[in-house]
This record gives sequence, structure tokens and C-alpha cells, in this order.
Amino acid sequence: MERQAIIIETPQSLRPRRRLPGLPLGLLLPTLALIGAEIGVRAGLVPANLLPPPSAILEALSWLLENGLAGHVGASTLRVAAGFAAGALLALPLGALVALNRRAEAVFDPTFQALRAIPSLAWVPLLLLWFGIDEAPKIILIAIGAFFPVYMGVVAGIRGVDRGLTEVGLLYRLSPFALARRVLLPAALPSILTGLRNGLSLAWMFMVAAELIAASRGLGYLLTDGRESSRADIMLAAIVLLAVLGKISDSAMQALERRWLAWRDSYTTKDAR
Amino acid sequence: MSAFLDIAINEKSHGARAVLRGFHLGLRQGEIVSLVGASGCGKSTLLSIVAGLDSAYRGAVHLDGRPLTGPDADVGLVFQAPRLFPWLSVAQNVVFGAGTQPDLVRADALLGEVGLQGYGAALPKQLSGGQAQRAAIARGLYLEPRVLLLDEPFSAVDAFTRMRLQDLLAQAARQRGLTVLLVTHDIDEALYLSDRVILMDSMPGPARAEFAVDAPWPRERREMAGSPLKPAILDSLHAAHAI
Repeated sequence: MERQAIIIETPQSLRPRRRLPGLPLGLLLPTLALIGAEIGVRAGLVPANLLPPPSAILEALSWLLENGLAGHVGASTLRVAAGFAAGALLALPLGALVALNRRAEAVFDPTFQALRAIPSLAWVPLLLLWFGIDEAPKIILIAIGAFFPVYMGVVAGIRGVDRGLTEVGLLYRLSPFALARRVLLPAALPSILTGLRNGLSLAWMFMVAAELIAASRGLGYLLTDGRESSRADIMLAAIVLLAVLGKISDSAMQALERRWLAWRDSYTTKDAR
Repeated sequence: MSAFLDIAINEKSHGARAVLRGFHLGLRQGEIVSLVGASGCGKSTLLSIVAGLDSAYRGAVHLDGRPLTGPDADVGLVFQAPRLFPWLSVAQNVVFGAGTQPDLVRADALLGEVGLQGYGAALPKQLSGGQAQRAAIARGLYLEPRVLLLDEPFSAVDAFTRMRLQDLLAQAARQRGLTVLLVTHDIDEALYLSDRVILMDSMPGPARAEFAVDAPWPRERREMAGSPLKPAILDSLHAAHAI
């Protein structure tokens, strides 16, 4: 009997979809929002003094560029960098200690969990009282913001390590230090990096809280200045800059994740249809 | 004369439930022994004790007259899952136990022996289940242990890969004169690989039955599957684990 080839048509829904060339899809929503705002304000649907059109925000940004914007951005970025570094550098060893040592957990963790529940603004008056209005209270507040997500990421990451992997380490008679260095920390790295990303994101938020209250430079100061002078365009320009800076720093962390976690065999949106 | 690997468990409990009690097993040097029995009868617990991963038991394990009180360089263990470190390359996984002076040439040779030539630089995620288990066997052999413990090492792979891995294990063990203690649910596998098959009871206690497999090496799979020992083992297994 002659064999017949059976041809099965791939259903339309299973074929790879063509992607639109050009701009990344992530720009779609902001672009639509900007166009909508421009049209809405020009058509008089929204008062321009409350929601300036994107063209006015661009003008404000251009004016700020010529009037010390770099100084404001630089001041905020340096504060975030210093606060995030301090918070993360403290959280990494403390998180590892708490995750690896039951006694350390009993001593530190209840206090950290209580401190974590305190809203950021509650710290501000106390920090101003203790450290004045200089840089120190701002950097400390940002460090507090960055500390807890990193700490939680380290603790959850180490505690979540597959027992099977630690057994392999024990089978090869690794010392506790070698087990932590060669098994626990690499295995916990995905969670640690997520903690660092969340910490960086919170560092930007805490920076605004710090600068809103006591600063003469920075993006938080621009927000206050815009409010006091009823300049919604300046406030929105500062908000746009915060979004851009936050996105840039998060993208840098994402790039680090992709580089350091290339070994992961996990679900990504690339797997999704 | 005392056994090369002497296992004497007076009692091992998980909480209030005794898992092993009054269990004694001796292995000659170079002998391959399979442990069979239903899930939960303590086979894997026994391997953990011999591997030194579980010290909360009453009893003693001796290797060549020397007490084993924890993980030991002379005792290797291959788990049911490959348990490769995903962030290390396959070769780095193989030499994991080597400390600061890994012999990558030897790792390459071992990978060749298990049919993974050219995979040294690959990451575990690039391997199939069978390939990952081969890498785990290479890791188990790398430190040249005198005893190799295997906890259902081929249960998660397809039938064809399982046969290849069984042949690979038999060859590697016979060539090296390794003493092997294999936990398996597969009676054919136990008969094909072992010099002795030990049937564990469902209740904590001494071994329920012991079967000597006298067939010479190399063995024929078909002959071993038709061995008169098979119905005897199955009958004992049914009797030991009757509900």
C-alpha cells in the first residue's frame, strides 16, 4: 500500500505573529496619553493651568535645562546612589546572617519587620531633628527605603534554596562558609536581584519624600517649587524626569539580571504566545 | 569476616514514627546490591544515613572497618533527580567536589565515558533529563569513591535512556570494582544490575528477603527478565506490602 503524507495545517492562532517594526511597544501608552492630553487641553476639555499640554511641559523642560536642571537631576541621582548603596550594603550581610543563623533571626527579624511597617514620611521629622537639613537625613531616609526590600530579598532567597542542592554541598563536605558562597548565594541570586530592583525603586520614592520636605536642589525640590509658584508644568516636568530616571536605573538592573542569571531556565514572556 | 560496607541500624525514626529498626546489611567489596520495597519503607532514608546526610539514628555504618560518621570522600551518592547546579557548566558540576584544584581533563574524560563528549561548557538547562542524569553519574564518579549509592537514579528517564544508563552504570562499576548500593522500584533493573537483591519490609524491621543473582557478566536483558527469581521477588514483594 502506498503511503500518503498527512499535512496538518498550522492553525492561524499558533503561527508566530508578525511584530510591528520600529518603536518598542512600551512607548505606545505614554504616546497615546500625551496625544490625548494635548488634544484635550487644546480643545478646552481640561484647564491648562491644572494640566498643561505636553508641548508646555516640553517648554518647561527646555527652560529648566537652561536654568540648572542638570544640578537638580545630579543632586537627586547622587542622593539615590548614596542612599541605595548604603541601604543595600547593610541589607546584604544582615539578610544573609538572619537567613543562615536562627539566633540572629530571633534577635534581628522581629525588629526589622516592625521598622519595615513604618511609613517613610514618619521618619522625616525625626531625621531632621537628629541630623539637621543637610544631606545626611536625606541619604539616611533613602537608605531606610532601600534596606528592607533588599533584606527581604536576601532572606527569602536563601530560605527558598532547594534543599536538594544544599544536600549536594553537604555531601561534598563543604564548610558552612563554602556552602553559603558556592551554593546558597548563587541559588538565592534571583531573589536577591529582585530585592535590589525593588530597593532601587523605593530609593527613588524615598528621595522624593526627603526632598519635598527639606531641600534647595533636586527633583523633589522642583515639585515643591512648582506647587508654591502654581506651575503645574514644572511639577509635571519633574514627574516626567522622575519616571525617566527610574526607568533608566531599573533597565540597568534588568540588564544586570539578564547577564548574571543567564543560567536560569525559567518562564519568560518570550515563551508566551 | 566483617563486610566491606557494614550497615547496622538499630532505630531510625521520623518524629514518632519508626522508619528503620533492627536492619542489618553487609556488602562485599565490588558487590552490587539492590534494595527494593514499596515507597516509604525506608530505602532512601537508609541511603541518606550511609551517605552521612542523616546522623539522627541509632546504629553504626562501617566502611572497611572504619566508622562513617558523616559525608565521606569514599562514598558517592547519585540522587533520583540530577541536582546539578544550574549556574555552573556541566564540567564545573562534575568537578564540584574537587575543591581548589579541579582536574578538568579528567572531567572531560568522565563526560566522554558517560556519552556527554563536548557538553562540558554547556549549562544544565541545555541538557535533556537523561543527559543531566549522566552528568550527575559523572559527578558521582569524579572523586573515585569506593562506594556508590544510587537512589532511583533512572526513574525519571524514558525506557531507552534508562537501559543505556543501566549499561553505563554496570560497566563503570565493574571496571572500577565499585561497591554499589542501588535503590530501585524496577525488579528488572535490580535483576539486571545486581549480585544481590534485598527486599525491605513495609514495617520497620530486618530485610524481608534476600535473593542472590548468580548470572555471569555481561548479562542479557531478555534472559534476566525471564529469570526464575523475578516471580519469587514479586511474590515476596506482594506478601511484604499486602494491604
